[in-house]
Amino acid sequence: MSGFWQATMDLITSYGSLISLAGLAIFGVMAVNALVAVYFERKVSAFMQDRLGPMEVGIFGFKGGRKFWGGIGQTLADALKLLTKEDVLPDKSDKALMILSPFIIFVGAFVTFVGVPFSSYLLISRFDIGIFFILAMSSVGVVGIILAGWGSNNKWSLYGSLRSAAQIISYEIPAGLSILLVVITAGTLSIHGIVEWQAEHRWFIFHSPFAFIAFFIYFISGVAETNRTPFDIPEAESELVAGWMTEFSGFRWALFFLSEYANMLIISLLASVVFLGGWLSPMAMFDIFPESWMIMDGALWGMFWLLLKAIILIFVMMWFRWTFPRLRVDQLMYLCWKVLLPFSLVNLVAVSIWELLF
Amino acid sequence: MTEQTGEHGIIKSEEMLLNMGPQHPSTHGVLRLKITTDGEIVSKIEPVIGYLHRCFEKHCEHLTYEQIIPYTDRCDYIASMHMDHAYVLAMETLMKIEVPERVSYIRIIVGELQRIASHLVALGTFGLDIGAITPFTWMIRDRERILDLFEYLCGARLLYNYIWIGGVSHDLPAKFIDRTKEFIDYFKPQMDEFDQLLTFNKIFIERTADVGIMPPEVAINYGVTGPSLRGSGVKWDLRKNEPYSLYDRMEFDVPVGDGRMGSVGDCWDRYWVRMLEMRESVRIIEQALKEIPSGDVKAAIPKRIRPPKGSIYTRFETARGEAGFYIISNGKNIPTRLKMRSPAFCNLSVISEIAEGWMLSDVIAILGSLDIVLGEIDR
Repeated sequence: MSGFWQATMDLITSYGSLISLAGLAIFGVMAVNALVAVYFERKVSAFMQDRLGPMEVGIFGFKGGRKFWGGIGQTLADALKLLTKEDVLPDKSDKALMILSPFIIFVGAFVTFVGVPFSSYLLISRFDIGIFFILAMSSVGVVGIILAGWGSNNKWSLYGSLRSAAQIISYEIPAGLSILLVVITAGTLSIHGIVEWQAEHRWFIFHSPFAFIAFFIYFISGVAETNRTPFDIPEAESELVAGWMTEFSGFRWALFFLSEYANMLIISLLASVVFLGGWLSPMAMFDIFPESWMIMDGALWGMFWLLLKAIILIFVMMWFRWTFPRLRVDQLMYLCWKVLLPFSLVNLVAVSIWELLF
Repeated sequence: MTEQTGEHGIIKSEEMLLNMGPQHPSTHGVLRLKITTDGEIVSKIEPVIGYLHRCFEKHCEHLTYEQIIPYTDRCDYIASMHMDHAYVLAMETLMKIEVPERVSYIRIIVGELQRIASHLVALGTFGLDIGAITPFTWMIRDRERILDLFEYLCGARLLYNYIWIGGVSHDLPAKFIDRTKEFIDYFKPQMDEFDQLLTFNKIFIERTADVGIMPPEVAINYGVTGPSLRGSGVKWDLRKNEPYSLYDRMEFDVPVGDGRMGSVGDCWDRYWVRMLEMRESVRIIEQALKEIPSGDVKAAIPKRIRPPKGSIYTRFETARGEAGFYIISNGKNIPTRLKMRSPAFCNLSVISEIAEGWMLSDVIAILGSLDIVLGEIDR
């Protein structure tokens, strides 16, 4: 018995530092992502609405320029505020669930990052089933949402969490089916395999008309899974106050926030990897550029291209949010089950036939 | 309550009582709705009001007639010019005062500017209720320009106390007409932009067309007035039907809901009527600016106002509907009794009739489309 414990301890000490390093890296990515994305979103929304957005808070006296960089320290200050805030639990809530649920949601997003690549070399773990892992782990959060809504003992939270559960579970299906298209064509579940296929042939979005449609189905479903406008029904602020987050405050609320923006990044990264050629340079697609330019296809450039694609997709999500009104619950379900799902099923069959023919 | 026999015996599902407000983002103030829901479907709505009650009518029995005007400002604080005018209209009819022509024109100009400002708030918050945030900020930005004009006019941005019995508090400032023209030129293309952003947005139409249909009979039976009534296809506008203040000289149409996107009297129609009314208001302002005569801005009235014995009821088309003032005078300088008919109060009362059976999100859309102001409902 002691031999077993000895072996386990050895394993932990040898891998422990490695694992904690990876964990810290993921946490760093999530935190930085949230800080940058929130600032970006506030500025983007401000310019879309003819405002300036945060303009006062700088970093160490640096106040930035007069428009975009003014208020650069705002999100940092907000994060500090959230960390130092009092942690309020309502009297009649289920305290165990309320304490547990933010961590479940956070862990869902956190673990997903294990499989998400930032370039062909920069990733935590290289799975053979990377896509499957990401799709599976990104749905863990919904358990936390249900617990959060139920534990809050608030009717608005309950509404929000039930809406959210229905929405996320429904939209997993078209998203999964669209990704399945890629898996069928590339013949692999590994992220590297899919990008290699795209390097050999072409970006998947240009593979066939069906793949083109599949990209949009996946992206719409992704926006719905992250609960953002026009699908922000679970937290619909004008209807449900703040949905399942109503009773949360301080750090536990910050974890929700962190996970929401992490999920945005995951969806965008996955869409870029699977449909938009991942870390491949867009210039490699065309023959018009001289060979010497292909140097932009290296390891660091790969990260640049992948993040650029992801940021563009994140910008589109923000664009959606500040332009569109919100759908109603039944319209949301209609869109999923009667529009996106049939289309993705037809897509699947059509791509299979396409693969047989060509 | 519904019962279903399943594998494990009888499954019961109960209705849930939901308290919406008085602190809720989209009850437009301190309205409380007791909503009975079955899942997402709303089976019963009971509005509870009075959280902003401040004894307006009782206060008036202790105030001189001039002192009442600031209180009427605070009734409908989104369109306080209209409230002033409604009260002043009653007083002038009671005292049989003929105001100079210039006063009437000034009142028309500020009244229509106020109508645009009020409709901008109404449409913007309606969009906010549906979930569209950007139209709200755009509309508030343009309303700000009107408030700037009013600030230039009388120093106040929200509660003006500008329209007085027998005239207005001061004449138009030197550049007011030019600045108003500038605003009109700026605002005209802006309305088309709102249409592109919100009015003809597919999701917006999905959310509002065929939702909360108010048939004309129901609207009339509940005493609904203003754009909400016209949204149901009833052509009734006091500026046309019972013209006061020289509105009979102005050329404008009364837009009514025609069920363009769904059926007559749905939320989209009520929205669209307001959108068209802003265009009509622009037309009226343009005419008034062109024709405004010079002259006095105060009729010859005694310094202390003592109306003759008697009573009067007049009505006035505010941005929300018919505001009526019933004043009983016994010849002293304070009224014996003052009763105000609040348009938003009647408009709100219809919600339990038209919003039952819809979903929770629709109730918020319907409430937003009725455009209530709690300051006026509770008085």
